Amino acid sequence: MNPTTTDAGPRQVAPPPAKTSTPAPPRSRRPVFTGRRGLSIAAFMAPAAVFVAIFVYYPMVAGGQMAFRNWNLNDLTDTSWVGLKNFREILADPVFYTVLDNTAVWVVGSIVPQFVIGFAIALWLRRRFRFRGLYQALIFFPWAISGFLIGILFRWMFNSEFGVVNDLLEKAHLIDTPIPWLADPKTAMTAVVIANIWYGVTFFTIMILAALQSIPDEIYEAGAIDGAGKVRTLFQITIPSIRGTLALTVLLRVIWIFNFPDIIFGMTGGGPSNETHIVTTWMISITQQGDYGKASALGLIVVAMLMVFSVFYLTATRERNGKAS
Amino acid sequence: MINKESAAGRTVRITFLTGWLLVTVFPLYWITVTSFKSPGTIFSPTIAYWPQHFSLANYTGLFEQAQFGVYLTNSLVVATVAGGVATVISLLSAYVLARFEFRTKSALLMAALVTQMIPSFIALGPLYMLMTTLHLVDNRLGLILVYIAVCIPFCTVMLRGFFENVPDALEEAAMIDGCSRLGALFRVLLPVMQPGIIAAFIFNFVNCWNELFLSVTLMNSDSNKTVPTALNGFISSFNIDWGSMSAAAVLTIAPTMVLFAFASRYIVQGLTSGAVKG
Repeated sequence: MNPTTTDAGPRQVAPPPAKTSTPAPPRSRRPVFTGRRGLSIAAFMAPAAVFVAIFVYYPMVAGGQMAFRNWNLNDLTDTSWVGLKNFREILADPVFYTVLDNTAVWVVGSIVPQFVIGFAIALWLRRRFRFRGLYQALIFFPWAISGFLIGILFRWMFNSEFGVVNDLLEKAHLIDTPIPWLADPKTAMTAVVIANIWYGVTFFTIMILAALQSIPDEIYEAGAIDGAGKVRTLFQITIPSIRGTLALTVLLRVIWIFNFPDIIFGMTGGGPSNETHIVTTWMISITQQGDYGKASALGLIVVAMLMVFSVFYLTATRERNGKAS
Repeated sequence: MINKESAAGRTVRITFLTGWLLVTVFPLYWITVTSFKSPGTIFSPTIAYWPQHFSLANYTGLFEQAQFGVYLTNSLVVATVAGGVATVISLLSAYVLARFEFRTKSALLMAALVTQMIPSFIALGPLYMLMTTLHLVDNRLGLILVYIAVCIPFCTVMLRGFFENVPDALEEAAMIDGCSRLGALFRVLLPVMQPGIIAAFIFNFVNCWNELFLSVTLMNSDSNKTVPTALNGFISSFNIDWGSMSAAAVLTIAPTMVLFAFASRYIVQGLTSGAVKG
């Protein structure tokens, strides 16, 4: 595309848009690429669209249709359409229900502490104090590490014999004998959730801090004049002001954590005896056994569950928010 | 903005923030300390919180017994090329999304949300077959192409946030001075956005550097493995050699830490500007 020819032809200059009362600078959307505007937009979007279509969307769609086929790497002689056979197999598999329970524990057990700790840190970070910038940079560090590696770090720390977690607990006289964290079904899920909390607090901190900074000071001044105390300020000013962001952040995190097997994959691989398998780690192990059809059916079940959840969630939060969001 | 803080409140705040900082840093400290212990002292009944003598045995072992230098090179090449190309492509699409109104925009954003719900593993099998057809399995170019595609959606959203933060007036002034629309983009807008663009590149780089499942699926020969794939090989055996593993983990984490230290402020800006304003 030759940059000098884009403005050829008479350019129609649109009248400046009416000034709105918002403090944001008004954005003039002049149709600069008159005549060829659509083509230019298409040209700019094309590389991204082509890449994503070939390497992301196509495999996803192809994977989706495998769910209705007999598609097993160990026997590719018959890849015929089998309707809902894969879905029936999953629903009849007792492991599926263990995995669903685990996923619920994984999501709720991670989200609630992440939200509470993240919110507290965000509130306290609003104050200016020395080294605040450094502090923020330091607590964002978990983000630079892959979930898989975080799983490995915590696998080492929770090692029953040489792990530092047991050693610290013994030094604090909280336990007498080492806990076999990752070998015992009763404690393994707790351990992986702890690792996930460690990883995810930061995300809530960032989003909530950004939302808090967008609350105008005048509201707080008005509250102070009314003599609102700390608690009342939090629940009657702060939280209502950022309710929309909070609701959306929680929804995105639920979806994301639901589909996030990396930590568990590095920490326990789903063991002991499926006790830490969540839906996506189980899906990986089915894929590794070569049963693509069954794995894809499980993937579609996940999509259906998340869609239903999202619709309910958005409806519920919208009613609560009224016109706020 | 916030009224005075009581002494008790201040104590609670500082205690909590310091406590969380320790919790955040400790695992990183621990893996580093482990990596410098001699193989004998890692597995001793008394756990040392500071190595008695620093040993580099774990590190030298990685390069002598395993081909860790090869894995690091592969990761570096793949993450640099894929991250760079993805940033350039995302710049184009982000610019259009930020500066033009067109009808399909909200549909694109909806599509992005729905894509979030689909577990990516559904695509692994078909992707492997596609790459087999293209003769790009076990090939660095193949992995690079896939990584570019995976980076683009999120990178576009982030860069769009940066574009939105630059007022239109800047380009308009340049265009009144005789720049074309594209001239204004390249001469005025991109230089202003430089920190954001670098941050986006670092974000892509770190994501590709850390990626595991795609590279495990597509790279199977030892000379083409990336670092996470090699680490995955370390744990597939029943007994993990924690000496090598901790050294490998430190070598994997250290570069991303350094990069993140430079870019985290901008990455956070890019993440939040889109989300909170929207």
